[in-house]
Amino acid sequence: MLRYLLSRLWQSLILLLLVSMIGFAVLTLAPGGPLSQFTLTPGMTKEALDRIAAQMGLDRPLPIQYLDWLRHMLMGDWGHSYRDNQPVLSIILGHLFATLLLMGTSMVISIVLGTWIGIRGATKRYSIFDYSATIGAMVALSIPTFWFGLIAIYIFSLKLKWLPAGNMYTVGNGSFGDYAIHLIMPSLVLALVNIAVWSRYMRTATLDVINQDFVRTAKAKGLSPRRVLMRHVVGNALLPMITLAGVQLPTVLGGALVAETVFTWPGMGRLFLDSLGYSDYPVVMGLLMFSAIFVLIGNLLADLLVAFVDPRVRLG
Amino acid sequence: MSDANDTILLKPTRRQALTMMALGASGLIMPNILGRSEAFAAPPAKPTGQLVIGFSQEPTVFNPHLIHIEVDEGIHFSVFDPLFIVTPEGKFSPSLATEVPSVENGGISADGLNWKIKLRDGVKWHDGKPFTAEDVKFTLELMVDPDFRSWRKTGHELVRDLTVVSPTEITWRMEKPFAPYPSILAMTFIVPKHILGAEKDKNTAPFNNAPVGTGPFKWVERIPGDHITLAANTDYFGDGPYLETLVYKYVPDLTVLYTQFKTGDIDVVGLQWITPDHYEEAKALDGKVVAVVPAATVESIGFNMERPQFKDPAVREALYHAIDKQTIIDALYYGLPTPTESYIPQQSFYYNPDLPKQEFSPDKAKKILDDAGWKPGADGIRAKDGVRLAFTNSTTAGNHIREQVQQFMQQTFKDIGVELTISNLPPAVMWGDYWTMSKFDSVVVGINFQTGSDPDTSDYFRSTAITAKGGAGQNSWQYANPEVDKLLAEGGQIFVPEERKKVYQKIQEVMRHDLPFLPLFQYATVRGHKVGVENVTPNINVRIDTWNVGTWYWAKA
Repeated sequence: MLRYLLSRLWQSLILLLLVSMIGFAVLTLAPGGPLSQFTLTPGMTKEALDRIAAQMGLDRPLPIQYLDWLRHMLMGDWGHSYRDNQPVLSIILGHLFATLLLMGTSMVISIVLGTWIGIRGATKRYSIFDYSATIGAMVALSIPTFWFGLIAIYIFSLKLKWLPAGNMYTVGNGSFGDYAIHLIMPSLVLALVNIAVWSRYMRTATLDVINQDFVRTAKAKGLSPRRVLMRHVVGNALLPMITLAGVQLPTVLGGALVAETVFTWPGMGRLFLDSLGYSDYPVVMGLLMFSAIFVLIGNLLADLLVAFVDPRVRLG
Repeated sequence: MSDANDTILLKPTRRQALTMMALGASGLIMPNILGRSEAFAAPPAKPTGQLVIGFSQEPTVFNPHLIHIEVDEGIHFSVFDPLFIVTPEGKFSPSLATEVPSVENGGISADGLNWKIKLRDGVKWHDGKPFTAEDVKFTLELMVDPDFRSWRKTGHELVRDLTVVSPTEITWRMEKPFAPYPSILAMTFIVPKHILGAEKDKNTAPFNNAPVGTGPFKWVERIPGDHITLAANTDYFGDGPYLETLVYKYVPDLTVLYTQFKTGDIDVVGLQWITPDHYEEAKALDGKVVAVVPAATVESIGFNMERPQFKDPAVREALYHAIDKQTIIDALYYGLPTPTESYIPQQSFYYNPDLPKQEFSPDKAKKILDDAGWKPGADGIRAKDGVRLAFTNSTTAGNHIREQVQQFMQQTFKDIGVELTISNLPPAVMWGDYWTMSKFDSVVVGINFQTGSDPDTSDYFRSTAITAKGGAGQNSWQYANPEVDKLLAEGGQIFVPEERKKVYQKIQEVMRHDLPFLPLFQYATVRGHKVGVENVTPNINVRIDTWNVGTWYWAKA
């Protein structure tokens, strides 16, 4: 087990290095750059632009810029934003809470509801419930989040005036209840797609298990259907879901981009978009590394967890 | 079923959304402003209430002298003061100085070389320390400090012999006369020496994230990606402040910005405002004041004068006749912008109203081209001396109204035998080397030509400002005319506005005649705020709406 872990960690480090090199190359070789936002400023001259470039260290050869960035990175210094000169790490952490709050809530909602719908759909296959769940999932997967968010705002904020149109909290309030009210719409809109995904996976996984020999044995022993379901089916069907959760973990960081924009949620997704818009390379690189690390950790955790609960993986 | 399926299901939505929003956000970073005020009720006796201003870009740079974009100036105007400000009428009005220096009051010597500024007494920084002439000296020196990532050196580079005569008086000498300098000073916020002066690295000083100024509002906090909170400075020397709390809220998407204005989450729609397509609806909203406000930016078709097609003045004139300006404004821009013949905003003191009016006439255009010897070839496209009258036109990709303008021009140009090919680029590429190094044939571009409120346009028109030829400036159309060079030099040395006016009116005439770019219209933006917010006054001479936010207040309901 330890050797497995160590080799996985080693691979991860190599992978991170590759990600950083490719990311850096793609970013800096793309046409345009951090200076173009200043070009049309009244009174701007080529000299001034050159001076700004030198101040930002953009006039150095690319490999030097990369090695410099890497060296600082390894020493724990993620660099400073071109836009506001803040340390990259503190910028990322500043946006992390908002994202975790929103994505955490929506993930809990989607896992609980998705699992329930999936199991129920599988046990009552071809029922009205199963059909409506299937159609519902199709619809949810097809609707763009952006559009759905705007429609929700139109109905619940503009027409019914039940919920705030956006923001994480009311400035000057910030009580628990205030946060909760602001969370409802964005987390539900976000959860919609994930519920659909989870319910489809869960349905398939449950169906796989239901037809296994041990379930038939359990039934034959005369256990109540409910007991069979809870004891033998659900537990086994949830196994593949661990991997799915591990893969979904990184989407927590970037996945809410659209919802964050529609609901003016100050999270990481929007930070990423903003930073790209300003060609703020240090922040983009920081976010890239941050999410790469998250992907690797998520996958590693999922693999370890599966190996832990399912001896077949460990032995095989 | 595999893990991969899941990722594929989720990814297109995200990627499409990203593209969609990147396109939406592009091409809108425009300098601005002007208009009208409606002050009815008297302001409250002490700062009252909270006001939320929505900006579609996030202010992130709070030291006003570090490299920044226009949205940051919204915060600068709230926290800091310059020596004097520019009013909507284009006049200077004292702020930290007790009077605006001029030749008449002896503040500036007749040759424009010696300056003397008297400062207000008893002004305090937000931390309670007194403001003095030392702070002014420190600020002007900071701008040209080679170790500082200074935003603007223009003008400040000419300052010599800065002398603090007394805590309330400072003098200096200019290396050479530079008439736009008052306008530049009106954009130069004074920063505290006692805080920044002691910092070893002023680029990363804590001050930059918790600014201390003399302005009407004090810094409270910034929640990155979300908002900035400021509180009333009750010791403020000037008019105001009348608001207890001022919140700058960041709402990146313009549709969402407008929606939050409708729901009342935002009291004032700031930078990037309401999109023209929402104007009709916005006008009818209950409890909101919505108005069309002209901005200093002028939209034009710019030519690369070094391309053989455009060296012939007849071609530029003919193309101008082939543009249906009014239809573009009415049909594509909802009738909001004002057609113009000049690059100077019509509200400016220096605007020349007597320029010849453009007339849309394909027949005239054809005749001009015929007379100049541009004969249609076999494919219907005109040519002369082996040069086909064909070229590309570029602008920022994703600005769909501009793209429609291009398509419309493409048709009218074709009617007179000119071939236009559309070739658009992402903003970051368009305004990079492609623009600065004159790699285009022609462009559609919106530019604020002025230096603040000053009519000086040397950076755009002077022959030595062509970057592609090693100059320093923004003369990307590679326009060179000795007469304009001479006039610009002359205008830059005259300090009496009435005399300067003649020079700049003449320059406008020459530009209208030479047509290195075809002026289309002066921008208009749709501004909005809640009924009851008083003193929101547009000012075409500054880059941001909140230039006078210290005087804003809530009328009692």
